[in-house]
Amino acid sequence: MAVPTLALPQKKNYINAGSGLKSWLLTTDHKRIAILYLISISIMFLLGGLMAALIRMELLTPAADLMGSDDYNRLFTSHGVVMIFGFLIPSIPAVLGNFLIPLMIGAKDLAFPRVNLLSWYIYMVAGVMVLWVLFNGGLDTGWTFYTPYSSSVSTSEVLPTTLAVFIMGFSSILTGLNFIVTIHTMRAPGMTWFRMPLFLWSMYATSLIMLLGTPVLGITMLLLFAERVFGVGIFDPALGGDPLLFQHFFWFYSHPAVYIMILPSMGVISEVIAAFTRKRIFGYRFVAFSSIAIAIFGFLVWAHHMFVAGMSIHAALIFSLLSYLVAIPSAIKVFNWSATLYKGSIQFSTPMLYAMGFLGLFTIGGLTGLFLSALALDVHVTDTYFVVAHFHFIMVGGAVMGYLAGLHFWWPKITGRMYSETWAKLAALITFIGFNVTFFPQFIVGFLGMPRRYHTYAPEFQVLNILSTAGASILAVGMILPIFYLTSSLWSGKRAGKNPWGAAGLEWETESPPPQFNFDETPVVTVGAYNYGPVEDKIG
Amino acid sequence: MGDIPLFPESASTASGQFDIMFFFMVFLAVFFTVLVAGAVIYFSFRYRRRSADEVPPQISGNTKLEVGLMVPLAGLALIAFTWNAVLYMNMWDPPDDAMEIYVAGKQWMWKMQHPDGQQEINTLHVPVDTPVKLLMTSQDVIHSFYVPAFRIKHDVLPGRYTTLWFEATDVGEYHLFCAEYCGTNHSRMIGQVIVLGQADYEEWLATAGSTGSPTTAGDSGMADSGGTVAPEAAGAQLYESLGCAGCHNGGVIGPALDGIFGEEVQLEGGGSATVDENYLRRSILQPNADIVAGYQPVMPTFEGQVDEDQLFQLIKYIESLSSDNAETEQ
Ligand SMILES: [Cu+2]
Ligand SMILES: [Cu+2]
Repeated sequence: MAVPTLALPQKKNYINAGSGLKSWLLTTDHKRIAILYLISISIMFLLGGLMAALIRMELLTPAADLMGSDDYNRLFTSHGVVMIFGFLIPSIPAVLGNFLIPLMIGAKDLAFPRVNLLSWYIYMVAGVMVLWVLFNGGLDTGWTFYTPYSSSVSTSEVLPTTLAVFIMGFSSILTGLNFIVTIHTMRAPGMTWFRMPLFLWSMYATSLIMLLGTPVLGITMLLLFAERVFGVGIFDPALGGDPLLFQHFFWFYSHPAVYIMILPSMGVISEVIAAFTRKRIFGYRFVAFSSIAIAIFGFLVWAHHMFVAGMSIHAALIFSLLSYLVAIPSAIKVFNWSATLYKGSIQFSTPMLYAMGFLGLFTIGGLTGLFLSALALDVHVTDTYFVVAHFHFIMVGGAVMGYLAGLHFWWPKITGRMYSETWAKLAALITFIGFNVTFFPQFIVGFLGMPRRYHTYAPEFQVLNILSTAGASILAVGMILPIFYLTSSLWSGKRAGKNPWGAAGLEWETESPPPQFNFDETPVVTVGAYNYGPVEDKIG
Repeated sequence: MGDIPLFPESASTASGQFDIMFFFMVFLAVFFTVLVAGAVIYFSFRYRRRSADEVPPQISGNTKLEVGLMVPLAGLALIAFTWNAVLYMNMWDPPDDAMEIYVAGKQWMWKMQHPDGQQEINTLHVPVDTPVKLLMTSQDVIHSFYVPAFRIKHDVLPGRYTTLWFEATDVGEYHLFCAEYCGTNHSRMIGQVIVLGQADYEEWLATAGSTGSPTTAGDSGMADSGGTVAPEAAGAQLYESLGCAGCHNGGVIGPALDGIFGEEVQLEGGGSATVDENYLRRSILQPNADIVAGYQPVMPTFEGQVDEDQLFQLIKYIESLSSDNAETEQ
């Protein structure tokens, strides 16, 4: 991607601080690394989206039309692997977190700028490996890699993929470590923990999970690798292993990984709602601590994915109860965001539209999550399209909506330019409608009994599948539009100025785009986040 | 066609109870979604920005309100949890008189065997208003036995038995799906559960018995070792031909097996185990893993010597030694 030359009377900023490809590929500037990530994860997102489009096309009719079952199985597996490991996990942390953490705490950069660049290179190595697999045989185990299918039976490219996931884990771990150290040690004078924007609390909580959870995924991948290559009996009963052990290991990481994907989004939503209501977030400390609570409790509920897997009934009872517990911090957040709107000064700019979409969709995603934590209910709907609908409400309705809210909110800061508000609002609306038409019917078809990962299906499921595919075409429009209006804003967008939204926060006090070292002089913080006016603190 | 289907068929004792609970949950979900969406929409309209320099009142929060809201929510959650827990525990607790069907999953087909030995592939005939217990295992990867109309599902694992039970309430034909992704033809690992009236079922059993197993004809890939011989009878023959009697009869070298099924045994090195299908399975394949107290680890493994079906037959034979009416005499 060519860097647009910004009009001449222009201050030095991080974009024009150096020129040439080398200045980008060897940069240690957190803002430039964020741009590198933005480009790489966007490619992953487009690829994953393309695969989703093919899946929805195939599912228009009950029979196999476009491809054979082996190809279909590779398609949904790649869609999952690319979207989860290539896009969702890095998305907000690696792009917005990288760009904003130093700006929000008044620092020049992250604690370890070179490690930050290393994280991106590790991500790229793993990303290229995943792409190599896509075009050389593919993977057909589902993104969940369940054994013994993955370890002993599948003839697809299990080894390079597990290796890629293993490598990608280091990128996560290093990013998490970098963020935690930065937030601990690099805050500007006066920036106490409880003056920090809530985005930082959520990035901190996310980093904790990355640091503590990812090693378990790495070990799981290594064990799978060992069983497949050396025939060490770990997961395959034919070799004396236990297939449920794999599921425990896998979900021990992958449930918390759901929070790696959604917590950053929650952080973005707090910032956006505060800015477009001109209010401090209702119950700041509740929202801050709920992020930490989610990070901790998130590690205690993994086996709610295994209620029909052959686990003991007692374990199932405990995991179900704990899963209800972990819903409480999420409920607190939704309540506090809604309460922040109360008596606010609400402006419906694009980021706010996405944030409001998030509120509705995340609520539905969360509540249907409680359906799946409910033991008897889960028995019927687990491994059906109900689950597919639920996690897309969380991942797309939650994580992607939050990412888009954040990308639109900070786009003027990142690029120094405003995008077309009209087009952006239209895209937000189309996305919201398309999303609901795509995924809501999947709740119903799942309740009817259509299993997930089905290439062909019973004829009575067709009407709902047609609806879903129709919705996907609307959603695709909503996802493609930003590519055009955001890109064109780089050349023709209005100059943003320091603070186009009139938002509070250190990042809005520096230039757009920010200078290479963020602030001309280190800011001194004297007030808490969201300082839009004196606190009245009474209701009514 | 044309109509959008919204409700799955409901045809078992569990499905009726499930649906009441499900609609309670849907009601709660709709209630809270409307509450949140309603608040967001109302506030958006009521508090929209009216002038560019508006400064709204700043409210830092309200701890009492936060806690006050969480308590009723936690109460509702506890109701949902408990209701589901009760139904769930019932799902794995078949009545003692349940008829037992053996289910073997394999890429990509289901094989079922009735108590008297009749076998079928991808179709399961059962009598209405009769509790049926499934004893399931897989010969390769993990599958999952799912009958949406009964609201039941359980994974079918290689190397062990899992169980499921249901009591069909309506005569008819219902989908059977494999719900755990198992490779190429996962979406074609499907079949039917055919619920018949009692008399029709008896008649079906007789026909299926006399013609052999019509549904197993063809290149099913499943060994049709049992025919219509009851599994415990086939197991009795195996018990002789494998020479089990030499050590186990009399209980000198190995523990006596009469009346052992369902009992609790003390294990060598402490601990105890209930003798059930999974324990017997392990004892035949990995005899030295859980040795009954007082015996030496001298039994050779039968891994590789008995196939999945024969293993089941042996276990059924040992089980039959514990029932008062010795069915094996027939
Ligand atoms: Cu989970
Ligand atoms: Cu299967």
